Amino acid sequence: MNLTEKEVRHVARLARLAISSVELSEATQALGRVLDYIDLLNELDTDAVPPTTHVEAIETVWRQDRVVPSLSPEEATANGPQVSSQMFVVPKILDGGEG
Amino acid sequence: MGTIDWDAVQTADQVQRGEISAAECVEAALSRIDNTNPTVHAFLHVDADRALARARFMDHNLTRETKANLPLAGVPVAIKDNMVTTDMPTTAGSKILEGFRSPYNATVVELLEQAGAIIVGKTNMDEFAMGSSTEHSAYGVTRNPWDLTRVPGGSSGGSAAAVAARMVPLALGSDTGGSIRLPASYCGVFGIKPTYGRVSRYGLIAYASSLDQIGPLARSVRDLSRTLHLIARHDAKDATSLDANTILEAPIPTALQSLRIGLPEEYFGEGIDVRVRTVIEKTLDRLRESGVDLIPISLPHTRYAIATYYLIAPAEASSNLSRYDGVRYGLRVVGDDLIHMYQNTRQEGFGPEVKRRILLGTHALSAGYYDAYYLKAQKVRTLIRQDFDNAFEKVDLIVTPTVADLPFKLGERDLDPLQMYLTDIFTVTTNLAGLPGLSQPIGLVDGLPVGLQWMGPPLAEDRVLSAASALEAILPSPEWPLSGGIQ
Repeated sequence: MNLTEKEVRHVARLARLAISSVELSEATQALGRVLDYIDLLNELDTDAVPPTTHVEAIETVWRQDRVVPSLSPEEATANGPQVSSQMFVVPKILDGGEG
Repeated sequence: MGTIDWDAVQTADQVQRGEISAAECVEAALSRIDNTNPTVHAFLHVDADRALARARFMDHNLTRETKANLPLAGVPVAIKDNMVTTDMPTTAGSKILEGFRSPYNATVVELLEQAGAIIVGKTNMDEFAMGSSTEHSAYGVTRNPWDLTRVPGGSSGGSAAAVAARMVPLALGSDTGGSIRLPASYCGVFGIKPTYGRVSRYGLIAYASSLDQIGPLARSVRDLSRTLHLIARHDAKDATSLDANTILEAPIPTALQSLRIGLPEEYFGEGIDVRVRTVIEKTLDRLRESGVDLIPISLPHTRYAIATYYLIAPAEASSNLSRYDGVRYGLRVVGDDLIHMYQNTRQEGFGPEVKRRILLGTHALSAGYYDAYYLKAQKVRTLIRQDFDNAFEKVDLIVTPTVADLPFKLGERDLDPLQMYLTDIFTVTTNLAGLPGLSQPIGLVDGLPVGLQWMGPPLAEDRVLSAASALEAILPSPEWPLSGGIQ
């Protein structure tokens, strides 16, 4: 299946990647080649085959609702690029987004 | 023979018996790293002071009785840089995690240190474990100790190169599509990817969650057994961690003739380097000579494995890597607003291969394509699993080449992603099926190592390790490289 630069730009936006025009053309080519290869799967009739989401037989794992020691707020925020009063600071969200 | 030539079991034995101090073992490893790492570049970070301090503490404060209960007493160990450590940086080979310091340790790190292992540093890897050559690291390539112009394989290339170059006897890697076994084969060491869920992934930076698994790389089968005995434990902090029988501390001696060993025709067809084929055939002949009946089998969906993997793994990766957004940790590149901050951060922080896989995975999951790509791949994954279910009704174990060729030259495949992806053709199947797979060095050709892969049913690590150990016993002892002429 051929992929256009427009489609790749759309996917890049979904993935929050501001890729350059050089990267866009390279990625379109590389992904196109990989998707061509992946077309191989269409040789197989899988209508009656159930999907494998996970190889283990285990179901949802439950645990006791018990309070155990965990990271302090200082530790949990220690790697934040910008932190104030134990909160992560981010640029404003409203106004000026690309929508 | 010095301490750097010992495997982990011998090192621990000597330390336990007081024949040598832990500090001497660590000093020897650090000195070897000083000599070889500048050329091989297996380590991204070495913490000599911490390692020596821990070794000296063990020497001065622990009684012989206490040390006797530490199965890895004084053993220098390397950890792939996608397992988090509080005392050392963790980058996963990515610029986006430069300077990151984890507030907690991965479970495997805790378990190894409790067993007396001395962690000396963190090893290089393809960024976020995406690659087959360790060329996709943001911190430079790792070179194959057998030939410095060639790749060590990936993505655990730093761990494999560190073990092969005798910087450490033991290292941890992670394997999503072959990332332990491929570099083990290319570097001529032993490496095992256990059954999915065997080893806790708490603290392993996620790539593709339905496939990722941690395992050891070493220079003997018994080292793999001892390490798995320690780290393959149920962990409540990882919901996919299995509560299964413990892997035995040492492989049980097994007569290979008692095992039904299958040879899948799909792994012995065209596309295998003739030199690799010669070494593999020689080993198979040795098995036949010792009375093993090698049974031809078929795993008919093998040819679909790479296509399946390159939908499932990037799809899961695109979701897992959404957490790198410049908010809570790692790199932040400013933008006019939140969206532009995200975009600029990810654009600058991720390398080209990671971006390709995020794009591929996002596309495979996006509206209108989900059924055609992701769901289709999950269905083919079922067919690949069924191949193995059917095969293991007829045989106890399966033997294949680990990889179809010899280590390739640096730069040879990094311009052609698809060519790079196809390197994993013999290893991805066990990840898709969740099975254990072990790569064993079986000899050299043109001065480069060749690996043989054992595959077993789920949870049959003991059987896999026993068979590898029995083969190890009838093959000449593996050789270790001079690492670019450095003795």
